[in-house]
Amino acid sequence: MVQFTLPKNSKIKTGKTWPKPEGATNVRKFQIYRWNPDDGQNPQVDTYFVDMDSCGPMILDALIKIKNEIDPTLTFRRSCREGICGSCAMNIDGINTLACIYGMDEVKGDVKIYPLPHMPVVKDLIPDLTHFYAQHASIMPWLETKTNRPQKEWRQSIEDRKKLDGLYECVMCASCSTSCPSYWWNGDRYLGPAALLHAYRWIIDSRDEATPERLDDLEDPFKLYRCHTIMNCAKTCPKGLNPAKAIAEIKKMMVERAV
Amino acid sequence: MAFLTDRKRAVGMGAAHSGAHHMWGMTVSSVALLILVPLFVFTFGPMLGKPYEEVIAYFEHPFPAIVAALTIVVGFVHFKNGVQSPIEDYTDGLTRKILIIAMTCLSYAAAATGVFAIARIAL
Repeated sequence: MVQFTLPKNSKIKTGKTWPKPEGATNVRKFQIYRWNPDDGQNPQVDTYFVDMDSCGPMILDALIKIKNEIDPTLTFRRSCREGICGSCAMNIDGINTLACIYGMDEVKGDVKIYPLPHMPVVKDLIPDLTHFYAQHASIMPWLETKTNRPQKEWRQSIEDRKKLDGLYECVMCASCSTSCPSYWWNGDRYLGPAALLHAYRWIIDSRDEATPERLDDLEDPFKLYRCHTIMNCAKTCPKGLNPAKAIAEIKKMMVERAV
Repeated sequence: MAFLTDRKRAVGMGAAHSGAHHMWGMTVSSVALLILVPLFVFTFGPMLGKPYEEVIAYFEHPFPAIVAALTIVVGFVHFKNGVQSPIEDYTDGLTRKILIIAMTCLSYAAAATGVFAIARIAL
């Protein structure tokens, strides 16, 4: 349900300001959300100063530099450093995106970094994505067939394969779902843009034979119809995908089979 | 606290198998209003500021009376279905159910009142 204020123990306080690097002339200020489940304190925003002359161009470069050289307790997920794994999704300068492919030059002024919005926080910039992943699993993200397995492969035409473009590229970073107000308010039941984009990816796969079951499982006022075409998902997707369009296509299919 | 698996939490009670008709109903009433509202404005508009007897006589004609009645009925059905969405968005549990019932009753009562008033004038 909708919540307009943060719970008392989630109100963010001003945290520690770390000293500026000595002798540095090109310094950038980073304000980063910190929360440690073990100390019983409220979240705080720590301030760091990074020497840009010895730092890579991406936000993730700065985070790694802070962790390596200033504050080793700063916690965040990262892996591939090229926008493929989706691990380093976070809210940077008010936008949910991947820190590894978001350039420092895209942010004006101080760099403000928070975890993905409206998710439980595990520590610092790490959100708890358990429910998000379980929702993804619930849409059966695999090829479901009933016909006997062919001798060779399941064949697909070039035209049918093209229908999957703009869908299969999703890296499940959760940027879209956590930017969606409908997911904020009803994330327990609404599947969210990411899971629905994946659902559509399998619905329109010409090789998949579970379309009726997939549509049956989605036809629900909350699982699907909480999408009000707000379009935050499409705006924020770091891979340039359009989950709102995929959701609209599912809604069109629902009408097609009902009317 | 309940020891539920993540999958059980995500699946919940499953799909209600409804929603498509609500969406289609909203689409149909939107298209109907797209036609009815301009018709209502052009039929009701000229009567604004006219003497009582002239307005009563005008609404005794079938076309303006039917347009006004349809606009009221379709408008309130659209309103009822439309308001249901923000109620479901922003409330939950018993509050949600009470608000939906209240909004449904209010919408049908308002539509019935409007139709009754037009019928009294027209018939």
